[in-house]
Amino acid sequence: MSAPPVAGERGRLRAGRVLVLALPYLWLAAFFLAPFAIVARMSLSDSARALPPYAPHWEGLSRLGAFLSALDFENYALLASDTLYLDAYLSSVRLAAFATLLALAVGFPLAYAMARAPRQWQPALLVAVILPFWTSFLIRIYAWIGILRPQGFLDAVAQGLGLTDAPLGIMNTDAAVLIGMVYSYLPFMVLPVYAALERIDRSLLEAAADLGSPPWKSFWTITVPLAAPGIVAGCLLVFIPAIGEFVIPDLLGGPDTLMIGKVLWTEFFSNRDWPLSSAVAVVLLAVLLLPVIVFQRALKAREGSR
Amino acid sequence: MRRFGPLHMTALAAGLAFLYLPMLILIAYSFNASRLVTVWGGFSTRWYASLLQNQPLLDAAWLSLQVAFVSATIATILALLAAVALVRYGRFRGRTLFSGMIGAPLIMPEVVTGLSLLLLFVALGLDRGFWTVTIAHVTLTMCFATVVIQSRLVAFDASLEEAAQDLGAPPWKAFLTVTLPILAPAVAAAWMLAFTLSLDDLVIASFTTGPSATTLPMRLYSAVRLGVTPEINAASTILIAFVAIVVVSASLVVKRELVTRP
Repeated sequence: MSAPPVAGERGRLRAGRVLVLALPYLWLAAFFLAPFAIVARMSLSDSARALPPYAPHWEGLSRLGAFLSALDFENYALLASDTLYLDAYLSSVRLAAFATLLALAVGFPLAYAMARAPRQWQPALLVAVILPFWTSFLIRIYAWIGILRPQGFLDAVAQGLGLTDAPLGIMNTDAAVLIGMVYSYLPFMVLPVYAALERIDRSLLEAAADLGSPPWKSFWTITVPLAAPGIVAGCLLVFIPAIGEFVIPDLLGGPDTLMIGKVLWTEFFSNRDWPLSSAVAVVLLAVLLLPVIVFQRALKAREGSR
Repeated sequence: MRRFGPLHMTALAAGLAFLYLPMLILIAYSFNASRLVTVWGGFSTRWYASLLQNQPLLDAAWLSLQVAFVSATIATILALLAAVALVRYGRFRGRTLFSGMIGAPLIMPEVVTGLSLLLLFVALGLDRGFWTVTIAHVTLTMCFATVVIQSRLVAFDASLEEAAQDLGAPPWKAFLTVTLPILAPAVAAAWMLAFTLSLDDLVIASFTTGPSATTLPMRLYSAVRLGVTPEINAASTILIAFVAIVVVSASLVVKRELVTRP
């Protein structure tokens, strides 16, 4: 045990702690929290006041006072009245949900086989699943352009096998977006599901088999419930980033592919409407917080019931 | 007891094929002599040679490496401090807000982070370029880095550091000479994660950069929008090889360290 510190020593210890905490705290307050206040304010101002985007027209914080007097909910009214934005939100949620289900369908068998693989293979298998995640996102999407585009690799293979003469026409559709999302986010699904499956005590399954339970029944009544937290975590890790995705719908999607991240990008870079894109960002955050809050509620309820 | 059977083997092979085939196809076509991407015209390294002539791409790559190096280093230092505060300080005033700020960027859409940081930089009247992108990347990557270091620090036996302090070492010295060497693999992993995240980022850099600083993903993105070319395949292959070598050798180092440690 340490000797009880004397008063001066305790003061110095305290000062040290404040110093350690202050740096990351202030950094995040300045570059994470403060920007959101600005986005929220910007979303309530008129577009003419914030334009043009490049000139620093409102010199620093002094102009914010004048800004505040002109705040209104015009941009949110526009978001609610123009069906483009509502459609974009709904279609983002729909595509992200489909991508999540597909990722589960592809990722669960992979995670299951990994958990069952011989012990000495498992570190290598883990690296194999994590490695694509470290590889550039842009490059992985680019690889699919080469495969899916008209007269690309997939068309060449399909025609070579004599399956079809016409191009498959997957590129620039929602299907291409789904493939891109499942491919990009698959490691996020596999890792938590694998971690949950790997922890399951195999003697439970043996006991069930001894008592006459067929394997499929043990799977549904033992494996799946015990893996549920991993499955839910994996689904959230795919669903949440997929909703706000920009690169995948932009590069693999077609002109009809409507996603909210792409709408925000267009409003900002093409239409240069900063206040409106800020309003889109605020609503997007609200949409994202919903599944997170539901998940935390469910987690608390689960802990409470035990 | 069911063991690892042919069905498991098939699932494993199919999953890994799905993960790796697209990249292998891309790599194969980077060695294609023909400019037509689908027609195999024989083996050639001409696209790698033509990369060396592409000065804008080389400039962008150099800028991205600099941004990634500086931002990963700052982010790892901040993350180390943040992890120590979260693991060691128990309940302190503002802890909920602090851990919330660490967790939030992990789920924040990149378009939102990019937009908000840009609005901040405009409000402050900062010139956009190298430093604004670097600040943006520090903010994003320090949260990932904190999670990595935190998980190792939680498992660390604090009594070792206490023992050093009982023997008269001041807290900072006990931390530097006892805790930090044991944390080193986690700190290195956090730095690498921050480095690759920064090297990879397109969206946040697009929002926060100025006309003077175009990063590698921004260059690749504008090239990719125009179509598939063997030259982009060659550039991609170099990046894939770079990441693969770093990650595999890092995982071997960590594994050996785990094996040699009692």
